[in-house]
Amino acid sequence: MHVVVCLKQVPDTRNVRIDPITNTLQREGVESIVNPFDLYALETGLGMRDRTRGRVTVLSMGPPQAEQALREALSYGADEAVLLTDRSFAGADTLATARTLAAGIRRLGDFDLIVCGKQAIDGDTAQVGPGLAEKLGVPHVAFVKTIECLEEGSLIVHRMMDDGYDRVRISLPALITVVKEIGEPRVPSFKAKVRARKHPVQMWRLQDLGLSSNEVGLTGSATWVERIFAPEPRGGRELLEGDSAQQATALLQRLKQRRVVKLS
Amino acid sequence: MDYFLSEEQVMIRDLARQIAETKIEPVRAELDENETFPHEIMKSLAQSDLFGIVIPESYGGLGLGCLENCLAVEELSRGCCGVATTFAASGLGAYPILLYGNEMLKQKYLPRIASGESLAAFALTESTAGSDAGGIQTSAAVEGDHYVLNGAKQWITNGGEADIYSVIVITDAAKGGRGASALVVEKGDPGFSFGKKERKMGIRASVTRELVFDGCRVPRDRLIGKQGTGFLATMRTFDSSRPGVGAQAVGLAQGALDVAVKYAKTRIQFQAPIISFQAVQHMLADMAVSIEAGRALVYSVARFIDGHPKGDVSKASAIAKVFPTDMAMKVTTDAVQILGGCGYMREYPVEKMMRDAKILQIYEGTNQIQRNIIGQALNKEYTRRK
Repeated sequence: MHVVVCLKQVPDTRNVRIDPITNTLQREGVESIVNPFDLYALETGLGMRDRTRGRVTVLSMGPPQAEQALREALSYGADEAVLLTDRSFAGADTLATARTLAAGIRRLGDFDLIVCGKQAIDGDTAQVGPGLAEKLGVPHVAFVKTIECLEEGSLIVHRMMDDGYDRVRISLPALITVVKEIGEPRVPSFKAKVRARKHPVQMWRLQDLGLSSNEVGLTGSATWVERIFAPEPRGGRELLEGDSAQQATALLQRLKQRRVVKLS
Repeated sequence: MDYFLSEEQVMIRDLARQIAETKIEPVRAELDENETFPHEIMKSLAQSDLFGIVIPESYGGLGLGCLENCLAVEELSRGCCGVATTFAASGLGAYPILLYGNEMLKQKYLPRIASGESLAAFALTESTAGSDAGGIQTSAAVEGDHYVLNGAKQWITNGGEADIYSVIVITDAAKGGRGASALVVEKGDPGFSFGKKERKMGIRASVTRELVFDGCRVPRDRLIGKQGTGFLATMRTFDSSRPGVGAQAVGLAQGALDVAVKYAKTRIQFQAPIISFQAVQHMLADMAVSIEAGRALVYSVARFIDGHPKGDVSKASAIAKVFPTDMAMKVTTDAVQILGGCGYMREYPVEKMMRDAKILQIYEGTNQIQRNIIGQALNKEYTRRK
């Protein structure tokens, strides 16, 4: 089985700064880490690789220094690493990111499963995984907490819901995004760490992906960041007491006071 | 401090630290409280390749030395001394095979130990033999192609959990010290069983059991080295392993200092954090000084041992055990003192560290025996000088 694990290098959120002009995250001078949810994705990928004697390719889009995140993934035992890096990729929203990653995966060739973390801790959108599946035209299940079994050409997975889980059969090739309940990441091995120091990380640029510059980065994005701000604290909360009739009367009175309803 | 570690040594240290922080620290209190054997952590250590540090690459190990082993043990002990004991005891069980075993034994057992597939254990102590190894009574008699073992080993770390045991037995009672031999006994060998799990003061994540040999039959090719070299194998094993106990002490003490300093910075008395008081500062300073001295000593002796694979390292090795372990007892006791009432409560980690520290002065040769070794070496050295 060939598993592709997508991962993102993110600023350590304990120490984030925002560019006051572009309103995007300032990455310079902030310690970078592998997005913690992506380590669960990597563990899932390595587990599937070990069960099927397959291989794991880790893929990321980011600035050249994101190579460090891929080397870290190699130290956990990933077989190959590819970084999509080009100045024109900068400022990508989730749509442009999904498009770029999809082009990277097409260039990788055959795959059986793509695993992503449920979301990145910087943007918190949880959109890139499902978006990537749409771009590639493969089915996906988000928020997977268990892989129950692998059968000929399909997986049975448990999708975490607020009130339990859904048991879903999904045909391969497919994409899943995983939550931390999928299992704690393993530790790196010394031999893999030694290998990770020297093993080449492939660098693919715009022209390697067969995309035009207006499909990627800020220009290829359907959304842009207008402003980043700390949300206002929510208003006060009041619990109405008494029996149903008393509560209804009290509620109506407050709605009238706020001119939400007009009743004669 | 910069100890001029190589890139590989830094990788070993960082890997062990990562395991300590992510896998050990979150569960250490629970392992201690429930006296639970850390199977999951052993799996992680196996995955990390660290079980193979001192085992040559030709047997699946990393082919590194005493210093690298000390770096790993130090970091693991900073997390939990009980977990580190389990790890280090497997190395202790491997040493006799590594140092004296023939090619067949090495090929059979070392790859399993290096990969972490099997834990190993070393068995010397008996009810009548501890500091005095001459009191060993467990016997092994030749019967055809087999040795037949009778007797019992006491307080064996990893007993029952390990698959591979390096056992010191008497093969010729008439020859005294030269009548001891080392044999490999495997879990599952006929006539080999385990006594009850001991309830200990500290290092409670590690398991300690009695090994019982009741007409236990093992093939004669399990003999490590030659018949009669059992004591030599024991002494050489301890020479290699003792700096590791020193490293445990350094890591344990460092872990206690970490907790003590953090506490002293946040504990307010007389409207000030207690670290602002000179009495507390001096205690913390003395702790830091003695830990650094212990670390410098352990690393130096480990480098010396790695540089003199055939030399007599007994004195240096004993020095690297006795100073850091006495230091760790004092530092962990002082850490409890700095935390005061909190330190005495099981909710905080330092009382466990103080309990763990005590064993380091006792096992792998008590610190009194270490001083005997050092004293006897001095006597010999100064006799030669005349």
